[in-house]
Amino acid sequence: MKRLVPLLAYLLLAGALLLLAPAILTDFRLSLLSRFCTFAIVAVGIGLAWGRGGMLTLGQGLFFGLGAYVMAMHMKLDDAGPGGVPDFMKLYGDGKTPGWWEPFRSPIVTLLGIILVPAIVATVLGLAVFKRRVKGAYFAILSQALTAAFAILLIGQQGTTGGFNGLNGFKSFFGYAVNDPVNRRLIYFLTAIILLVILAGMAQLYRSRFGELLVAVRDGEERVRFLGYDPANIKLVAYVVSAVLAGIGGALFVPIAGIISPSDVGVVPSIAFVIGVAMGGRTTLLGPAVGAIAVAWAQTSLSENFPSFWSYFQGGLFVIVILFLPGGIAQLPTMATRLRRRPKPPADPSPIPQPRAAEPRAAEPRAAEPATTSAPATGAVA
Amino acid sequence: MSTDYLEITKLHVEFDGFVAIDSVDLTVLQGDLRFLIGPNGAGKTTLIDAITGLVPATGSARYGSTELLGRKVHQIVRMGVGRTFQTASVFEDLTVLQNLDIAAGFGRSPLSLLRKRRSVPPEVEKALTAVGLESLALRPAGVLAHGQKQWLEIGMLLVQDARVMLLDEPVAGMSHEEREETGHLLKRIGADRTVIVIEHDMDFVRTFADSVTVMHGGRVLAEGTVAEIQADERVQEVYLGRSVAAITEEVG
Repeated sequence: MKRLVPLLAYLLLAGALLLLAPAILTDFRLSLLSRFCTFAIVAVGIGLAWGRGGMLTLGQGLFFGLGAYVMAMHMKLDDAGPGGVPDFMKLYGDGKTPGWWEPFRSPIVTLLGIILVPAIVATVLGLAVFKRRVKGAYFAILSQALTAAFAILLIGQQGTTGGFNGLNGFKSFFGYAVNDPVNRRLIYFLTAIILLVILAGMAQLYRSRFGELLVAVRDGEERVRFLGYDPANIKLVAYVVSAVLAGIGGALFVPIAGIISPSDVGVVPSIAFVIGVAMGGRTTLLGPAVGAIAVAWAQTSLSENFPSFWSYFQGGLFVIVILFLPGGIAQLPTMATRLRRRPKPPADPSPIPQPRAAEPRAAEPRAAEPATTSAPATGAVA
Repeated sequence: MSTDYLEITKLHVEFDGFVAIDSVDLTVLQGDLRFLIGPNGAGKTTLIDAITGLVPATGSARYGSTELLGRKVHQIVRMGVGRTFQTASVFEDLTVLQNLDIAAGFGRSPLSLLRKRRSVPPEVEKALTAVGLESLALRPAGVLAHGQKQWLEIGMLLVQDARVMLLDEPVAGMSHEEREETGHLLKRIGADRTVIVIEHDMDFVRTFADSVTVMHGGRVLAEGTVAEIQADERVQEVYLGRSVAAITEEVG
């Protein structure tokens, strides 16, 4: 039974994404859903790093952006034709393709780059940060600052990155016209299937010994050290995987949205990723993905009906989740069962986990909370 | 019996000018269940912290032919030196079995880490039996009673086959029966290992110690069998504030 529920939920999600949604949604809505699926892929990575690993990654926009820009560079070069120069470079640049763009003419280099560029950046960052035992709020602030720096860097390089406008106006995606409705459906299926495959892989990772070890590092980093492991390495692996997932999400976002710009990769979107994860339930397998889709969906439909209302709604929702549903939406079923089984308050609070003893390890997840609570405030600025 | 033993010479720990451990010499042989006693602030826990790499120290702490000082925490553990903490620090969200399995795993290859745990490794099975937690193997460690958590911690050292075990107040907060059981457990595992136990409870020390080292103010005050320690006037003075002779004089 315990094993069956996640499997059923997974199949339900797969059915909804692959059968139900294409059948009932208009092309426009389906295109929106594909965009949300790319956010969900990022969210799965955050679920791993934050929910399981206790690392509040407030800067996934950096890796999302790296994956997205690699893909966008390839699509721009592809549109320009062999040896051609992307259109915006003729306007703002020196009319030549910079050397570091050239490798991405090749589709294979591009696909490798989508995985490797975020992975290498995350490895370098992770080694610098985790070996020095930077954690908690400091890690969160650091990761956010890096994202902000990345966005500023992009804006400053108008001739080579498109600056504030980003890269847009794509015509084809690996030879397929991006505006063709049939191709857009194909991209939707591609994105949904990649999301489902990643979720299946994540399920295996959570059940593996590495998954157990990661939870152990989250709950007692020092203790793990005293068991003969270097926790920095374990955290590094989780961080790199989450960065790669963010890169994949970013890469898929480009053909769907038709644009990637600094405002898609900066601080605000990075926080929005985390909010979806928190609402879905960061420690669960499906929670982050479902939460990310649900929050993005709510944002779109609410913004359509009540423009400028979304920020308040987002803030309110976040407060409710923090106060009443610390485990996110994923906590609802367990809560419902508990309410049904015990209409009266329980006489013996036996299965309630004991409050954690005064150990240094509990500080990390707790320190993460205030950092996220401040998120709606920043989100409201958007 | 092998000749490996823990040898500490001229160990010195200083925090911002405060000398916590002042040139301590200590040798503990294998099979000798050594208790470390002393008033609060004597430097007992700091001594263990220094040996296990948690605080920087000068001097020497060798096990067999290897120097432990100056190595990283996880490297020292990999050399077979394990410890427990005053507050039991097990992974509360993981089951007893998972806790032990993680403890057993520092030598695993990255590939095997990606696989699910399919069976219970034999060393985990043995440790479960040794600490008597078989029936609780699948319960989350967070629901264990205080004493059981301490046993689980000791079990985690057993799984690692730690040759040197440094136990920081393992019986604090235990009931009388739990203490008895823990004492016998220590006797069993101490037979072929080098074990140092920090303890305050003198009854417990009397019953189970093979030898005792008394620390005071960062120094070793006395060392010997329980009887020798009890007869030592300096020890009495440290514990009672003045010597027994002085008290008898007063009373008489």
